[in-house]
Amino acid sequence: MTDVDFLMWVRGPAFNVATVILCAGIVVRILGIFLMGRKPNLAEARGSEMVGGLRTMLHRSIPDAGTFKRSSLTVISGWVFHLGLFVVIFLFVPHILVFEQALGFGWPGLPSNIVDAIAVITIIALLVKLIHRLRDPVLRMLSEFGDYLSWFVTILPVVTGWLAFHRLGAPPPALIAIHILSVELLMVLFPFTKLSHAFTLWIARWYNGAISGYRGVRS
Amino acid sequence: MNKDQTIGEILRSKGISRRSFLKFCATTASVMALPPAMIPVIAEALEKARRPSVIWLSFQECTGCTESLTRSYGATIEDLIFNVISLDYHHTLQAASGEAAEAARAAAMAENEGKYLVIVDGSIPTGNPGYSTIAGVSNVDILKETAKGAAAIVSIGTCASYGGIPHADPNPTGAVSVSDLINDKPIINVPGCPPIPAVITGVLVQFLTFGLPELDDLGRPKAFYGQSIHDRCYRRPFYDKGLFAESFDDEGARKGWCLYKLGCKGPTTYNACATTKWNDGTSFPIEAGHPCLGCSEPDFWDGGGFYKALSKPTGDIGKTAIYAAGAGLLAGAAIGGVMHARKQAAVHKHQRATIDDLGEGS
Amino acid sequence: MEKIEAVSITVEGRGASHAPSPGCSSPSMPTGNLVPLLYEIRHALKRWLDDGQTHVIDLRTIPMSPDEERRLLEVLGDGEVRAGLAALGSSDVTETGFPGVWLVTHRNHDDVLVGRFIEVCQIPEILKSQAEDAAAALQRLDDLLANAETTV
Repeated sequence: MTDVDFLMWVRGPAFNVATVILCAGIVVRILGIFLMGRKPNLAEARGSEMVGGLRTMLHRSIPDAGTFKRSSLTVISGWVFHLGLFVVIFLFVPHILVFEQALGFGWPGLPSNIVDAIAVITIIALLVKLIHRLRDPVLRMLSEFGDYLSWFVTILPVVTGWLAFHRLGAPPPALIAIHILSVELLMVLFPFTKLSHAFTLWIARWYNGAISGYRGVRS
Repeated sequence: MNKDQTIGEILRSKGISRRSFLKFCATTASVMALPPAMIPVIAEALEKARRPSVIWLSFQECTGCTESLTRSYGATIEDLIFNVISLDYHHTLQAASGEAAEAARAAAMAENEGKYLVIVDGSIPTGNPGYSTIAGVSNVDILKETAKGAAAIVSIGTCASYGGIPHADPNPTGAVSVSDLINDKPIINVPGCPPIPAVITGVLVQFLTFGLPELDDLGRPKAFYGQSIHDRCYRRPFYDKGLFAESFDDEGARKGWCLYKLGCKGPTTYNACATTKWNDGTSFPIEAGHPCLGCSEPDFWDGGGFYKALSKPTGDIGKTAIYAAGAGLLAGAAIGGVMHARKQAAVHKHQRATIDDLGEGS
Repeated sequence: MEKIEAVSITVEGRGASHAPSPGCSSPSMPTGNLVPLLYEIRHALKRWLDDGQTHVIDLRTIPMSPDEERRLLEVLGDGEVRAGLAALGSSDVTETGFPGVWLVTHRNHDDVLVGRFIEVCQIPEILKSQAEDAAAALQRLDDLLANAETTV
C-alpha cells in the first residue's frame, strides 16, 4: 500500500468506522448512566436540585484552596494540557474544517504558528503528568493499564500532528495519515476508557451538586 | 540516417556547430535543474551517445501530454525530435499513417532490438480490450508486444503512470497503468495532468544522457518530483501563520493567502510546478489563485474532491455520526430495558445482593 | 504549412524577455536573494584572481522577484564587451561593468529566453572557437583552396 492509498483509507472508510464507534459508544454509555436511574429520595427537599447541580457543573472546575496546596503540580499541569488540547483541537483551522464537515458550520481559528507553540506546551504538560504519575508513590500505586493507555492515545495525536505540520521524520502524506490514524485510535477507545469523562463528568458533577442542593447544602 | 553515428557526429553533419551544441547542453542542464558544473558532463555524454530509437504509443489518452511536450521551450521539440532521439513512431506528429506507419514501427523495433525506448501516454483498458485499439490491435497487445524488445519505458502523464482519469471511480473500461501490465522492464513515471513540458523533455534528455534516473517509491524521477508543491510554495508563509482564503476571489484570495481551505492538495503532491512553473516560468495554478489538484499523484480524481480540504474526511461524517447516535440510542434503550427487567425480577424475588454478587471483595 | 503568426500578449509584471524565475514570489514579494547572489559573485571573482578558478551561476535556479532581477542587471551594468551569437537562436554574451563577470543570455529560434548564466572567468567557454568546428573549417578551407582558380 502506498502512502497515498494509506491516506485515502484513513480519510475514508477508517474515519467512518471510528465515527460510528465513537458516537454509538458514547450514546450507549450516557444512556446507560441515565437509565440506571436514581433511588427516590424520600426525605423532604430543603433546596433546589437543579440549581445545586448546575452550579457545581461549573464551579467544580475551580480547585479549592486545600486541593491546590496539596497537589498544585497535578492541578496546574492538568489545566495547561486541557486548555492546550482545547486550542489545538478546536482553534486550529485544518481541524475546524473537519468539524465544519461534520456539523455544517465552522468558526474562526487562531494563527497557526500560535497553535504550534501551544501544541508544544501541551506535549510538555502531558509529559510532566506522566513523569509525576510514575514518580509519586501514591499515584504509581493507584495507576492501572487504562490510565497509561488513556495518556498514550491522548499525547499521540498531538505529537503526530506537530510532526505532520512540520513535515518531519517521514514523507508528508504518511505523516498526515499516521496523525489521522492516531486520532481514529483515540476516537475508537474513547467510549471504553476513562476518556469518556469528557462527556460523563458533567453528569457526575450535576449529580454531586444535586444531592447537596436537595439537602440545602452548598457542595 | 545512420544509426551508428553519435549524436555529436550527426549534429555536425547537419551543420550544427559544437558551439550550438554547447548552448543546447547549457540550456538543457538548466531545465533539468542540474548545476552548471554538469554542463561539460552532459556535453561529453551526448557527444558520444547514439541516437536511440523512440517509439511513442498513445493509448487511452486525451493527447494533452503530447500537446504539453510540443509547448516545451528549452530543448525545442525540433532539437529533440531530429537531433537527440529518432522518433520512429508517433500518431499525432508523424506524417505516415496506416500500414506504412505500422511497418515503420515494426522495422524500428526489429532493427533496435533491446535498445529502443518506449514512451507511453494514456492508460490501457483491460475491461474489454476492444475499448481502445490501433489498427484493430488492442492497446494491451500492442504494449506487451512493443515492451518485449525495449530498453526502458517512460510513462508520460498520470494516465500512463497510474491510470489517470479513466481509472477514476468506477473505472468503466478497467483502465490500468503501464506498470500494472509490465514488470520486467525499467519504467520511469512522469506523471502530471499534463506533466510540465520542461519536465517531459528534461526526463528524456536525463535518461539519454545518464541512463535511468533515481526514482522515488512511485517511480518518478527525484530530480523533478522530489519536492512537494507545499515545500516550495510562495504562499507558504500564509499557511504557517494560518491566513487562508475562504472563497474564490474574496479578500484573502486577492491578498494571495493560502488556498488550503479551498482544497489545495499541495501538501501531499510532488511535482515541479512551484519551481519550474508553467508557460516558461510564467505561473502555476496556485499563483493563478486555484488550489493544486494533486494531478501528479495516483487517484487524484478520487482524492475526496478538488475543493475539499485535505484535513477533511472524505465521507459524509455528519450523517454517519447522526445514524451512529441513533443506533446507540436504540442499543442503549434495549440494553437498559434488559437491565431494568433483570432488576425488577430480582426485586420481585426479594433477593439480597451480597458483596460477592458485586464482584468485589478479596 | 504556413507558420502561424505569433501574437504578443502582455502578461502583467513580466515581459517576453523576462527570465523565468523558479519559486518566484508574486511581484510584490522580494526574496532577499539579491545581496547573497552578489556575495557569491564577489567570492567567485576573488577565487578567479587568486588561483584562476572559474565559476558559473545558473540564474534560473535562484528565486528572485522581477524587481530584484531588474536591480541585479542595473547593478552589474554594461562593460566594454558585447558579443552576439547566432547559434540555435540568438545569444548575448556581455562583460558586465565588473570585468571578469560575464552575463550570458540564451534565446531559442522563437526568441524565447531559455537560459541565463553569470560566468566569472576570463572569457565564457561558448565564445571560444571549438576544436571540432575548426577541424571542419580546415576541411572546408582545403576544399576551397583545391579549386582556387574557380572559387577564390
